[in-house]
Amino acid sequence: MGKHTIPSIVEGHEAAAARLSKALTGITGLDDLTLGGLPRGRPTLLCGSAGCGKTLFGVTFLVNGVTEFGEPGVFVSFEERPEDLDANVASLGFRLTDLVAAGKLVIDHVHIERSEIEESGEYDLEGLFVRLNYAIDRVGAKRVVLDTIEALFSGFTDGAVLRAELRRLFGWLKDKGVTAIITGERGEGQLTRYGIEEYVSDCVILLDNRVEDQVMTRRLRVVKYRGSAHGTNEYPFLIDQEGISVLPITSAGLEHCVSNEAVPTGVAGLDDMLGIQGYYRSSSVLISGLAGTGKSTFSASFVNAACERGERCLFFAFEESPEQVIRNMNSVGIQLKRHVDAGLLKFEAARPSLYGFEMHLARMNRDIERFRPNAIVVDPISAFRGPSSEIHATLVRLADICKSRGITAIFTTLSSPDDPLNENQRSVSSLMDTWVSLADVEANGERNRVLYLLKSRGMDHSKQLREYQLSSRGIQLVDVYVGPEGVLTGTARIAQEAREHDASLQRQHLAARRHREMVRKRELVELRIAEMRAELEMEENEFQMFVDEEGIRETTRRSERDAMEAIRRHHRDQ
Amino acid sequence: MTSESAQHKVAEGCSVEIGQAEPDAYNLRLYVAGQTPKSLAAIGNLKTICENYLTGRYFIEIIDLTITPQLAAGDQIIALPTLIRRLPPPLKRVIGDLSNTDRVLVGLDICPRETASS
Repeated sequence: MGKHTIPSIVEGHEAAAARLSKALTGITGLDDLTLGGLPRGRPTLLCGSAGCGKTLFGVTFLVNGVTEFGEPGVFVSFEERPEDLDANVASLGFRLTDLVAAGKLVIDHVHIERSEIEESGEYDLEGLFVRLNYAIDRVGAKRVVLDTIEALFSGFTDGAVLRAELRRLFGWLKDKGVTAIITGERGEGQLTRYGIEEYVSDCVILLDNRVEDQVMTRRLRVVKYRGSAHGTNEYPFLIDQEGISVLPITSAGLEHCVSNEAVPTGVAGLDDMLGIQGYYRSSSVLISGLAGTGKSTFSASFVNAACERGERCLFFAFEESPEQVIRNMNSVGIQLKRHVDAGLLKFEAARPSLYGFEMHLARMNRDIERFRPNAIVVDPISAFRGPSSEIHATLVRLADICKSRGITAIFTTLSSPDDPLNENQRSVSSLMDTWVSLADVEANGERNRVLYLLKSRGMDHSKQLREYQLSSRGIQLVDVYVGPEGVLTGTARIAQEAREHDASLQRQHLAARRHREMVRKRELVELRIAEMRAELEMEENEFQMFVDEEGIRETTRRSERDAMEAIRRHHRDQ
Repeated sequence: MTSESAQHKVAEGCSVEIGQAEPDAYNLRLYVAGQTPKSLAAIGNLKTICENYLTGRYFIEIIDLTITPQLAAGDQIIALPTLIRRLPPPLKRVIGDLSNTDRVLVGLDICPRETASS
């Protein structure tokens, strides 16, 4: 876990660290929330009910001490015999016998059989001190685990003596300078059955396992830590073949670096819809949709594209087995097997009911830490059942983990047909940077798929509804028909497009016909104009001829009159 | 754990033995830690009880764990002082300074009636 998460848990840790020397436990997460481990040279009380993992915590503390920090240890077992203990932790890869043989570890089994002890007069527990002292000195131990010291209470009747001796023991352990874990069984109304928290007051850690909805979740809480700040919440922790890991909850300030880099979605059309040609790197993407809308296919397309670029992807499958995912994706032309073989893609499949929600988170966190992917897919988050608040809190953490590591996270979620925005989705929606909503449009006896971008922070994205098709060539986006008759998809879209085509053809024909008619009309009119013009010319000619004739006639008349007058003048003169 | 033979060797070197290790004798071992008042009281009380009830039939080995701490684990010693009846079987143990004689007799399975007869 990166040290940079520490400041967000508590303020002023540096001063505390300076005051108090601490011993790292080597348990993932625990060292973070205690800001450096258990108080060095002091006893720590670890309490919890049966089956919480107290013994395992103790053993891990010692084994890590030997193997990682070079601090030999002593395990005083009041319950389990050394051989049983060895067998029990062998599954975690701990080889206690080897460590014992190497002189790094002492396992002392303290057996008390009440029935064979008779008490007569005063006694003390000096024998235990002698044994412990001898064991510590033998290997130069720095760490001691007493598991479970309260077994003493069933062995001896004199409670007053026991309490006095325990008080002396814890003081003695402090004087001895060993970092000790004392385990105790959880009691009614108090931390331990016999109230030994009264004597171990430096650090108290409470382990708890609760069953909710038939799912068990282990939780850890640092009840007190004298002289040091510490994370105060309940933190889920995980025990599996990898040992113990406490989920270090990044109460995460929102301080992660952002990236402006776009990561292609693996679907060409979708890239175009997102203003930056992809998702932002290290953003959280939610793909929601009904059953069979291709949520997994979208995530697989993304994974495929990422792996083809040589990036590492982690695929958390909660509903399908890895083989099933690979086979199903083959049918849409997405070949994932080759990426698995190349070590770029890793599947982690588990049923959601296998652990509690937080336990899943712990597991995912560890897988992420180990595989160091560039992108993860969680398919689907709706598989988790539980209180909405818990799911929300967990997803916040997961999203934060991814963001702080620059991992692009794709979450898919199943929406229900009648309530497309169900409670779970609403609660996670604010976490998501990009939300791709896949929907079914059912009409004319067929079902078609459309998608739209419900939101995409920080980019100018398409607001259009787009139809997409899943074929053997993957996902293809098709423009939907948006017109006066609404959004049409599938065959309705094709029919509508055909109708449109017909109509436009008809319109073209009509226009052509009109054009031809106009031409003809123009020709006719022009013809008539020409005729009229000819007529006019004819009339003009006739008029001219009349005018000319009239002129000639006038001239003639004048000459005739002149002639007449001459004749008359002639007669008069005679 | 140290082997049985080694234990004996060390025991011989560091322990105080009282009485004779005879086959049918009570073989008792008293663990103490240093010369504390409780230790001394236990040793004194044990001697008295043995003299009174097991005259000539007992063998006591006193082990000081401050000198041989490695012997503590072998007999599962937690409380001190602890008296262990090693023989006759079964193994019996009494803890405390042995100031309550009746309880010691019960713990060692010595019948008080033997007192009356002797």
